[in-house]
Amino acid sequence: MAKKEYAFYPGCSSQLKASAANYLVSVNAMCKTLDVKLTPIPDWNCCSASIGYAGGSELSRHVMNARNFALAETHLPGQDIVATCAACWLNARESKEKLDGSAQLVADTNEALKEAGLQYKGVAGVRHMVEVLIEDLGYDELAKPVVKPLEGVKFAGYVGCQTNRPFGIAGESFENPKYLDKLVETVGGEAADKYEQKVTCCGGALAFSEPEKSQKQIRDIVEAAYDHGADMIVTPCPLCQANVEVYQAEINRRQGTKLAMPVTYYSQLMTVAYGGTAKEAGLDGHLIAPTKLQQIAAKPAK
Amino acid sequence: MSERAEQALTRYRNDFLREVEAEVEEGEWVKMCMQCGVCAGSCPFGPHWEHSPQKIFMMIRAGKREAVLASDSMWMCTSCYNCVVRCPRKLPITQIMHGLATYAHKLGLAPKMQPTRDFSLQFWANCTKTGRVNELKLTLGLYFKDGLVAGIKKGWSMRGTAFGLLKAGRLNPFELFGGHRCKDSKGIAAMLAKAQEIEQRNRAARG
Repeated sequence: MAKKEYAFYPGCSSQLKASAANYLVSVNAMCKTLDVKLTPIPDWNCCSASIGYAGGSELSRHVMNARNFALAETHLPGQDIVATCAACWLNARESKEKLDGSAQLVADTNEALKEAGLQYKGVAGVRHMVEVLIEDLGYDELAKPVVKPLEGVKFAGYVGCQTNRPFGIAGESFENPKYLDKLVETVGGEAADKYEQKVTCCGGALAFSEPEKSQKQIRDIVEAAYDHGADMIVTPCPLCQANVEVYQAEINRRQGTKLAMPVTYYSQLMTVAYGGTAKEAGLDGHLIAPTKLQQIAAKPAK
Repeated sequence: MSERAEQALTRYRNDFLREVEAEVEEGEWVKMCMQCGVCAGSCPFGPHWEHSPQKIFMMIRAGKREAVLASDSMWMCTSCYNCVVRCPRKLPITQIMHGLATYAHKLGLAPKMQPTRDFSLQFWANCTKTGRVNELKLTLGLYFKDGLVAGIKKGWSMRGTAFGLLKAGRLNPFELFGGHRCKDSKGIAAMLAKAQEIEQRNRAARG
């Protein structure tokens, strides 16, 4: 039996050939090494993200999230729900807190869910993968499988917004969370611990609707990583990853900069450090290749 | 004016604060603002707002109904939650901004050409149609919102990015004809229709 088991909520962007497909690839490899079993919630749906508000309504947003809770409780009883996407986690957790605080909201939600043949009981917890790593396994446990320490690579830990606010990781500060730097050090990398843009907003969904304003944010985030001598950025959020990586070419084109800073996921670092191949770590899924990580993945373990 | 907008005017007369408290998500928090301005200074898009959250809260109390609901400002919220965690009174400012924007939209008073309003509506329609986001259709919907020619121009200007994503296995051109979806998309449609019905019922009961 696996060491830990969870009801997995991968989220839309993690699906095959979606914008964070390589995140899921590396999470699967990482969890295999750590003996963590992720069973996807059958027929899970979108959390409606933070940007869906004007089309939806308060109750319909909570009903969307409660459908996932009800499916997890029915098919994977006793397991916590774990999300890898920052927005999935935030919206699910926000809905859960609202539901747990109001019997009337639960009654309304269940009346709606009945139309889909489901019922929300309120048993399963909602967690982020980072919480599973830090709280359920712990840094010591995460260091054990390291066979290729990421020596000589400096990472700017870009935590971003939604894995940090408003809930965040227990015991971490909103202004200067340290867990990402600690994860980097756990797998033998060097953390740019003075990186001052670690909790700056990349623009989120407004990278689409307000591109110029968002690209100003992204330029700051990338340039600060250069200032601190980082080889690459690492993040826990799929939208941060996509925005900060994808728009560098656009910023270069419009503003004459020469940005080419790779943006990776914590799960890719861990997969490579655990001896995974470049493919298992999803390193083939980048527009700006994380060369130093690819080189380590290609080397035999010491 | 929409029917709901007329009803709101009759029901609340000139008491806009009471209207916000009753009709806007988390609106009951507005009166707790102590005008310190930390939210205004914490917003990543701060320089682009006409009215910071601090100003919006004071305008609500001053009864500036038209100016608040027609404001572009709430739509500048990136959902970064910086204002929420820094607010000394713990106001859920992000949620109030979304709530105000949504209310303005439902009354038909939101600025018509607001790009984030468009994107928000498209996102909700996209993700609830099959239960999962179709990223390709979402992006193309945004590019083509100002017509065919503008859409082709925008798509062409982003061709490098699209090709890069395609090569990286992070974009699927066949999503245009299908893509990822929930098996029980009918159940999702039924539960969302019911949710809307319940909200209408609750609103009528508040009457």
